[in-house]
Amino acid sequence: MPRRSDIESILVIGSGPIVIGQASEFDYSGTQACRVLRDEGFRVVLANSNPATIMTDPDFAHRTYIEPLSTDVLAAIIERERPQALLPTLGGQTALNLAMALHERGILDDLGVEMIGAKPVAIATAENREQFKEAMTGIGLTVPSSGFAYDLDEALEVGDRIGYPLIVRPSYILGGAGSGMAHDTDSLRAMAMAGLEASPVSEILIERSIAGWKEYELEVMRDRADNCVVICSIENLDPMGVHTGDSITVAPAQTLSDVEYQSMRDAAFSCIRRIGVETGGSNIQFAVNPLDGDLVVIEMNPRVSRSSALASKATGFPIAKVAARLAVGYTLDEIPNDITRRTPASFEPTIDYVVTKLPRWAFEKFPGTAGVLGTRMQSVGEAMAMGRTFAESLQKGLRSLEHGRSGLNCDPAEALLDDLDDDELVRRAAVATPDRPFQLEAALRRGVGIDRLAAATRVDPWFLDQIAQISEERARLAGTNLEGMDRRSWRRAKRLGFSDAQLAWLWSRHQNPVTDDPVTEAPVTEERVRSARLGAGAAATFKAVDTCGAEFEAETPYHHSTYEDEDEIVGTGGRSVVILGSGPNRIGQGIEFDYCCVHACFALREAGLQTVMVNCNPETVSTDYDTSDRLYFEPLTAEDVANVIDAERAAAASSGGTLEGVIVSMGGQTPLKLAATLPAGLVLGTSPESIDLAEDRERWSSLCARLEIPQPAGGTATNVDEALAIVERIGYPALVRPSYVLGGRAMEIVYEEQSLRRAMAELATFGGPYDGTADGATPGSRAGSLGREGGLSAERPVLVDRFLEDAIEVDVDAVRDASGEVVIGGVMEHVEEAGVHSGDSACVIPPPTLARSVVEVIEGYTSAIADALDVRGLLNVQYAVKQNQVFVIEANPRASRTVPFVSKATGVPLAKVAARVMLGATLAELRHEGLLRAAVNGGHVSVKEAVLPFSRFPDVDTVLGPEMRSTGEVMGIDVTFGLAFAKSQIAAGDELPESGSVFFSLADRDKESGVAAASRFVELGFSLAATAGTAEHLERRGVPVETVVGKLGEDPPDGGGDGGEDGGPEPDRYGGMTAVELIASGKVQLVVNTPKGMGSRADGAYIRSAASVHKIPCLTTVAAARAAAAGIADWGRHQLSVRSLQEYLERSQLQLPL
Amino acid sequence: MESSAAKEARLVLADGTTFEGESAGAEPPGGIATGEAVFNTVMSGYQEVITDPSYAGQVIAFTYPHIGNYGVAPADDESRRPFCRGVIVRDLARRPSNWRTAESLEAYLVRHGVPAITGVDTRRLTRHLRQAGSMPCAFGTAAEADLKAAAASEAGTEGVDLIGSVTTPEAYTCGDGPLRVVAYDFGIKRAILRHLGGMATVEVVPATTPAEEVLARSPDGVFLSNGPGDPAAVTYAHQNIGRLLGQVPVFGICLGHQLLAAALGAHTYKLPFGHHGGNHPVGRTDDDTVEITSQNHNYAVAADTLEPAAEVTHNNLNDGVVEGLRARHVPAFSVQYHPEASPGPHDASYLFEQFRDLMSEHSSGMPRRGDAQA
Repeated sequence: MPRRSDIESILVIGSGPIVIGQASEFDYSGTQACRVLRDEGFRVVLANSNPATIMTDPDFAHRTYIEPLSTDVLAAIIERERPQALLPTLGGQTALNLAMALHERGILDDLGVEMIGAKPVAIATAENREQFKEAMTGIGLTVPSSGFAYDLDEALEVGDRIGYPLIVRPSYILGGAGSGMAHDTDSLRAMAMAGLEASPVSEILIERSIAGWKEYELEVMRDRADNCVVICSIENLDPMGVHTGDSITVAPAQTLSDVEYQSMRDAAFSCIRRIGVETGGSNIQFAVNPLDGDLVVIEMNPRVSRSSALASKATGFPIAKVAARLAVGYTLDEIPNDITRRTPASFEPTIDYVVTKLPRWAFEKFPGTAGVLGTRMQSVGEAMAMGRTFAESLQKGLRSLEHGRSGLNCDPAEALLDDLDDDELVRRAAVATPDRPFQLEAALRRGVGIDRLAAATRVDPWFLDQIAQISEERARLAGTNLEGMDRRSWRRAKRLGFSDAQLAWLWSRHQNPVTDDPVTEAPVTEERVRSARLGAGAAATFKAVDTCGAEFEAETPYHHSTYEDEDEIVGTGGRSVVILGSGPNRIGQGIEFDYCCVHACFALREAGLQTVMVNCNPETVSTDYDTSDRLYFEPLTAEDVANVIDAERAAAASSGGTLEGVIVSMGGQTPLKLAATLPAGLVLGTSPESIDLAEDRERWSSLCARLEIPQPAGGTATNVDEALAIVERIGYPALVRPSYVLGGRAMEIVYEEQSLRRAMAELATFGGPYDGTADGATPGSRAGSLGREGGLSAERPVLVDRFLEDAIEVDVDAVRDASGEVVIGGVMEHVEEAGVHSGDSACVIPPPTLARSVVEVIEGYTSAIADALDVRGLLNVQYAVKQNQVFVIEANPRASRTVPFVSKATGVPLAKVAARVMLGATLAELRHEGLLRAAVNGGHVSVKEAVLPFSRFPDVDTVLGPEMRSTGEVMGIDVTFGLAFAKSQIAAGDELPESGSVFFSLADRDKESGVAAASRFVELGFSLAATAGTAEHLERRGVPVETVVGKLGEDPPDGGGDGGEDGGPEPDRYGGMTAVELIASGKVQLVVNTPKGMGSRADGAYIRSAASVHKIPCLTTVAAARAAAAGIADWGRHQLSVRSLQEYLERSQLQLPL
Repeated sequence: MESSAAKEARLVLADGTTFEGESAGAEPPGGIATGEAVFNTVMSGYQEVITDPSYAGQVIAFTYPHIGNYGVAPADDESRRPFCRGVIVRDLARRPSNWRTAESLEAYLVRHGVPAITGVDTRRLTRHLRQAGSMPCAFGTAAEADLKAAAASEAGTEGVDLIGSVTTPEAYTCGDGPLRVVAYDFGIKRAILRHLGGMATVEVVPATTPAEEVLARSPDGVFLSNGPGDPAAVTYAHQNIGRLLGQVPVFGICLGHQLLAAALGAHTYKLPFGHHGGNHPVGRTDDDTVEITSQNHNYAVAADTLEPAAEVTHNNLNDGVVEGLRARHVPAFSVQYHPEASPGPHDASYLFEQFRDLMSEHSSGMPRRGDAQA
């Protein structure tokens, strides 16, 4: 069946901001879909609020709406664009839910829009658990016994009927939010209440727990002719009970016999046919009883999912691309397999390697969370690794995570487990946590039997035996040394995934195997291990990912390393460039850096270079096999990157090409940290010396002094006394932070000595080798230097700076070329004052409150810094502006988090320009070429807002601070700051109220600045509520407060909220209600609560927690309150208007009604 | 399995290409096992593959690296014992895990005298065989020169009748369905008998049984089974099948398909490296739908030699090879692939129903055993 000719224009909905459970995999799938649909000649209209995505680049759709993903906005877009079809299956749960809402409101029918890919009835059947259960039972498949509940009483009734333990799952949710396991009536009551709240339809499924069963997933595709294929099977190492997004998962399935696999395949096809997903991909989850093979269906996603992205990367089969083609009428046999080019897509990939996906968590960012894994997804990113064996892929995957581990133990951090006795170790391993794989290996190494461990953990014995083989090999390696290794033994170790860093550690630590004397000679370095290994002829070989197990010749550019006979890299001649990616997503290093890497790739390809990508994150566009000319799916460690460089050098040499160099400055800290390990001269762009100059406190300070650029007063301290001495000089409040950190790890603002002492004490243990939170080792470094992050020493002092209160923070992204020309990409003014991590703060282009003269000073400083650092490429500088005086906070000569936002706001493709500059082009040349355009400025305002994951961590305080905790971002664009800010709030999920009551509870230092904000709300027709002290201050300044609440019900000892400073309850004007009760009563529509301190449980935590629970927008800075008031004001005066990015950026078309 | 006790072994192809590995499975005489090296791309179903009699004379290399993960279960045997000459893997599982497991694959191989080699770069081997074509090989712990010599002197399968080694010596009956089917055993898989047995009483007869003896059993249909080797070498079968055509509905699978084609006057040829896997897309020419099929064949029917006696009903979508045919003038059809799966997808099981319908159609008017009893 050919392409449909009755459709001309298609609306694609993206997935919005990166949140836990919905990450950049949907940028990958959406980008593929947009590309394909464009290539097929459709007019593509895209809606997505996330500016950091590749898909929202104006080149990928005809009309790109960076607008909030709400039904009203989408209705307005549809009204404007009148697409004939809506493709809802490539933007995650967000797109699916929005499409359903549009359908239910009759908008699609009214405007003649057809849903393609999946019809509403199919989506409803798959998503509604009751309907799904009925459908599955109808076709003879088993589902766990269960019942639905719509209120608490019903939930308890169902619980009694089915028996404990139970799993509670809210309907229509993503990533398992609100899900959990209940062991008794009390825990069911709590779970049910949370679940009913989380579900948009107030429906929860309560089902029999099959925790401990084996969990599988099949990725299935179906076309209009009812052809069905399985793209990939996935087996979870963690048994049922851990969300699949938090599980270690392995492809293909390892322990299913063909009899069982085929019956699962039959069940999957029955399922997709019964649900009625007409075309595209679905993922179906199964559980299997390990004792008797009993098979039950858990759930089905009638759309492209996180698992589809993984399956695509695992097999080389581009599910999203094919799904998009199927949606517009093609059948599988009409679509060629991109990889083999000569065989059709109507087949089932077979692979000849093992793929392991490992989640990456950020528990260290959320103190107070238990760090225990369950049915609610908590991971923020993932790494995928390929090996010829599971053992190899597991060890590669663990070092890909950049948690400072070199593999499965056999590294400094393993000492953490040394003190536990066997029973304790087994007991801990029985609880699913991020440490489980390490505990399993440690237990097996000590001789705890596989059967005992399997019984305790329900991890399949096959996996445990694979881990035991790693342990046994380690014991063998410990009995020899560098000199004792021949080619065969090297190969055996490397085939089990051991890294050179592990071996270096092992051989440095152990006694001389012959004499039993402690080793006194110089420690074995990773470099020595590598050179001995290469000398013995055990070099990495690269195999191709070809979808067919080498059955057919493939023109695939997609590779993984292993230790075999044959290497398949073939040089293609020409000039090539290696781009190091950013590894697994984490807070502080997310999709923005993938965007920069991908842009670098695109720009260099367009310029005729051969691009080579190295990355290990399956969720990204960068790891799509056709983003670059060659893709290495490899860990980003010194060893693995060196292997790639060696392979590329050899390929270039054999084909008459040249390896121009390596780009390390596009992917955030991960590649930057590898710069020092690369061969001299290969690093492209700004020199590593300049990068270090910017990071080294002393050198940087003297550079600023030389340039006469003011810095906040400060100094460096390696102990408490030094810190106190600095503060003596500069005064409180002070900003205390470790050097070389990412995303503001462990940064703190202290207001008095006690806090400073506590912060210094915490920093003394932070980021040490056994801390477990170190963000990325400098690979190859030895014990005690897990990354240059944390720990106190002369090399890693604590930075103590005067904190500029109420200063405006400003971010600048710029590009400088070799000729010395500097282009300022964008000057961003932050909404939240300095002190809130820039990644968590809203920011605005153009700066709404900065005087032109201040902006000029900032631009001048930026140029001077760029010159002084001899930048070749991107530079990000952060400033604080206080009373029109500009202070420089820090400079980073590399791609920053804000580059995609700036590019979307101004139309200047900064990352592309920078990549070209790094390869020698001048800005003048690029301007001439047309790549570097003038920034589009003045006609519109762009606001970037951070999206925070607090709903996942209910016990965590929502207050913003210097430690970054946001997972993603959204962008609002409109003609005034207020409108753009309001859009950014809607996009971030916090719709601003149009009327009602605003509750203020302000810290003393904020009370004065809060007056203006509060009175603005009154002018807008809002009534005010406030805690006593705040109310008193507002009323003294003439702002009427209607409602005053006193002491909280659950006050911390030093006084609740910030009500503590009130010195006792005021006469209560609200019938004895506390702030928490007031929020719970639904009588306030917006909460403004600024914190007194920065402790994890500081005052006000209960107020913020109540707002979070009751889904009432809560602002934690006065600046945000002012911005919100501006937004509400403009929002009330204007009609909702949507406009595409292309219209904003093509100014000739822009006629802005005001 | 990577254990220090593993004995170093080598695999040598007839063209002299050598691979390192470690010996596993049964110890072959003189430390040398030989056969024709073929690769199979299934990711599950190694037991069914190893016990498929069609692999007689061959050494099976699995492209999926971990083999033996879920052990061996008696119910999954496709014949009374493995007939293949050896197994080549990247990693032989040490500890299997599955509730159905009766023993480990290695123990099973040892018990049945099948030698194996593990630790081999099977991807390199596959790429080599894909380019150079299937070829004889030798592997084991013997000296490399001896292995080379053994590989060079090992005969291939071309022109060789391997059926004699796998067919049943005596006729036997199985199944309890209402129809009566005589099945020629050229190396029949048990899964086929399970399918046929559900619809018919199946009388399994030796490969050389004359047509007249078959007809004397008054079957509703005759089934031509899968089996090993070169179809052109089995001329007695061509003749027997020729005498059955038109007398009784005929259904053939794999070798049975090739033999039916030969009986219809078509030619067969050897594919460079064959089709061995569980993921081959086959298109039905009547309605263009696609089925994912299990395949295991080194030979194929030449499309241009089929007409006018038969038409192509199925094509391999990867390379266009004839995957199914229907005789134009007599009730007979066949497929090159394996609708009985085991291992592999169940997409094509409808073909057994098609055979049943064909038999019912042609035996209408004649009392069937089932009817007589009713």
